[in-house]
Amino acid sequence: MKDVIVADQLTKKFGSFTAVDHLTFTVKQGEIFGFLGANGAGKTTAMRMLCGLSKPTSGTGLVAGFDIAHQSEQVKKSIGYMSQKFALYEDLKVWENIRLYAGIYGVPDKEIAPRTDEMLSSIDFLSEKNTLVKSLPLGWKQKLAFSISIFHRPQIVFLDEPTSGVDPVVRRQFWELIYKSSDEGITVFVTTHYLDEAEYCNRVSIMVDGKMAALDTPSELKKAAGVDSMENVFHQLTRGANRKAD
Amino acid sequence: MFFISSREVPTVKQIDMRQFWIFTQKEFYHILRDRWTMIILLVLPVVMLILFGYAITTEIRNSHFVVFDPSRDVATQGIVNKLETSEYFVFDGYVNSPQEAEQIFQQGDIGMFIIFGENFYNSMLHTGDAQVRIVTDGSDPNTANTLTLYAQNLMLSYQQDIFKSAAVPYQIEPEIRLLYNPTMKGLYNTVPGVMGMLIMLVCAMMTSVSIVREKEKGNMEILLVSPMKPISIILAKVVPFFMISLLNFATIIFIATVIMGVPVNGSWLLLIAVSLLFIFVSLAIGILISTLVSRQMVALLASAMGLLLPAVLLSGLIFPVSSMPFALQMVAQILPVKWYIEATRAIMIMGVGFSAIATQVVVLSTMAILLLVLSLRNFKIRLD
Repeated sequence: MKDVIVADQLTKKFGSFTAVDHLTFTVKQGEIFGFLGANGAGKTTAMRMLCGLSKPTSGTGLVAGFDIAHQSEQVKKSIGYMSQKFALYEDLKVWENIRLYAGIYGVPDKEIAPRTDEMLSSIDFLSEKNTLVKSLPLGWKQKLAFSISIFHRPQIVFLDEPTSGVDPVVRRQFWELIYKSSDEGITVFVTTHYLDEAEYCNRVSIMVDGKMAALDTPSELKKAAGVDSMENVFHQLTRGANRKAD
Repeated sequence: MFFISSREVPTVKQIDMRQFWIFTQKEFYHILRDRWTMIILLVLPVVMLILFGYAITTEIRNSHFVVFDPSRDVATQGIVNKLETSEYFVFDGYVNSPQEAEQIFQQGDIGMFIIFGENFYNSMLHTGDAQVRIVTDGSDPNTANTLTLYAQNLMLSYQQDIFKSAAVPYQIEPEIRLLYNPTMKGLYNTVPGVMGMLIMLVCAMMTSVSIVREKEKGNMEILLVSPMKPISIILAKVVPFFMISLLNFATIIFIATVIMGVPVNGSWLLLIAVSLLFIFVSLAIGILISTLVSRQMVALLASAMGLLLPAVLLSGLIFPVSSMPFALQMVAQILPVKWYIEATRAIMIMGVGFSAIATQVVVLSTMAILLLVLSLRNFKIRLD
C-alpha cells in the first residue's frame, strides 16, 4: 500500500508559540488513522495544514502526492472534509445539498443524478431525497454529511470530531460507514473525543504539546503502556502535558 | 496512484463558472425559502415608500385653525378666505377672545390660531401698522415653522392682490418661488431617500448577515477546505443581492414615477449609473461587516445601528443636514447614503447633469474602492 499522507518535520509557529512541533508520520491508503490529543495539543492546526488551509512554517507535507505548501488547490480537490459542525444547509433539500457539494468539487453534471441515487440507497435514505435537511434527525444529518464528504470520491477524507453529540447507536452506524469507505480504498483521517472510538482505528496517534507522543495500533499502544484500554493509554501520555486546554 | 490529470489543474487563477452558478443557485434557494427575507425584499419597498411618502411627511395638509377678529372687515375676511380655500388649512370658526383661542389650542384640536388687530383694513391702507399675530405650537418646531410660512405666504399673496387692484405706487412685491419643487411635495424628497435606505438594507445588511450565517453555522469552514476559491464564495453570495437591489430599485422608480407622479427630470442613464455605484458601495460595506463579525445577530445589529439608523436620521431624509449640530454634520459626511440621496435628488428633481453631481460621484467612488480594498484584505487575514 502506498502512503497517501507523508508529513516530514511539519512545524507551525505562531510568533514564539510552536503549535505543531516537527511532526513526522505517514498514513497508508485505505487506512483509518486516529488523530488524538487534548484540546490545544495542536490537532486542529496540524489538520488545517494537511488540508491546505494554512502553510507550514517549516517541514514538508505531501497529501495525495501534492505538496501542501505549494499545491493546496490540488490537495483540496483530492480530499473530503467533514467537521462536527454541520456542513449541510438546513433549508436545502437532501438532493440539493448533494448537488451543491458535487458541483463545488467538480463532479460532472451527468454523473451527479445516478450517483446521488446510488449513494442514498446505500445508506437506505432514498425516500428522503426531497426532504429538507432541517427536518432530519441529528444522526441522519451526520451520516448524510459524511456521505457527501466522500461523494466526489476523494483519496482521503478528514473527519474533525464527526460523532460529537450523537448517541452510541448512531455512532456505531457512523463507524460502519467509515469502515465501508475504507474498504473502498478511501483513507480516513479522524479526530475524536471518544476514546472508545480510538479502538476502531487501524492506527492511532496521540499528540501532546504539539509533538506526536505515540503512534501505533491500538493493541500495541495498550501493550506498551501496560494498560487495558485506550482511555488509560491516553491519560498516561497526556498527564505530563504542559499546555492547558484552550 | 491517481493524480489529477494535468488538464484539470487550474493554470490561471480563474473562477470556475459552473461551481459559481451552482453556488449562486443555492443562494437563491436560501432567499426564496425564507419568509422574512421575501417580505423584506418584496413588501418593504412599498411600505417604506408609503410610510415615508405619505405618513411621515413634513408637508402639512388640512391643518385646523381658528381666528379672533375684532375688525371683521374686508381685509381680514379676505385673508381668512384665502387660508380657508388653500389646501393646507381648514377654518374652524371665529372665537370671541384670544383666551378662548388659547383654550381651544390647548385641547389640541387646532394647529394654529390667528389674532387680528382692530381696524385692520384701515391700518393697512393708511398707517401701515395693521397687526396680525400667527400662533403655532412650538413644541413641534418643524410643523410650526411650516405652518407659519404657509400662512405668511398666503397673507402676502392676499396683500399683493389688494394693492394690485388699488394700484398703489412704490409697492414692493416680494415673490417667493420654490425652485424645483414648487408645490413643496414631500414625496420629491422621500423617493431618493427610500431608494438609498433600501439599497443599503438589501446590499449591506442582508449580504453581511448571509455571509456571517455561513460562518456561524460552520459551512464556511467546509467551503474553505473545498476547492472553491474564497473570492468565488463571496461573489456568489453577493450576486443575488445585487440582482434583488436592482429589482427593488426598479420597483421604487416605477411606483414613484408612474403611481405617485414624481418626475425624473434629469438623465435616466445618470440615475441608473449613480444607483449602481451606490449598490457597489453598499455591497462592499456588507462584505466588510461580514469579515469583522462572526455572529448573525451582531451583523444584523451592526448594520441596523451603524447604517440604517444614521441613514434615516442623518442623511437628510427627515431632517435637513444643514440644521444639525456641527459634529453630526461631520458624521453625515461619512455616510455613503447621504451622498447618494443628494445625487439622486439632484438628478430626479433638479434635473442636473453629471458636472453638478461630480463631487458626489467622486466621493462615492472613493468610498467604494476603499471599502473593497479593506474588506478583501480583511478576508485574506481571516483565512490563515
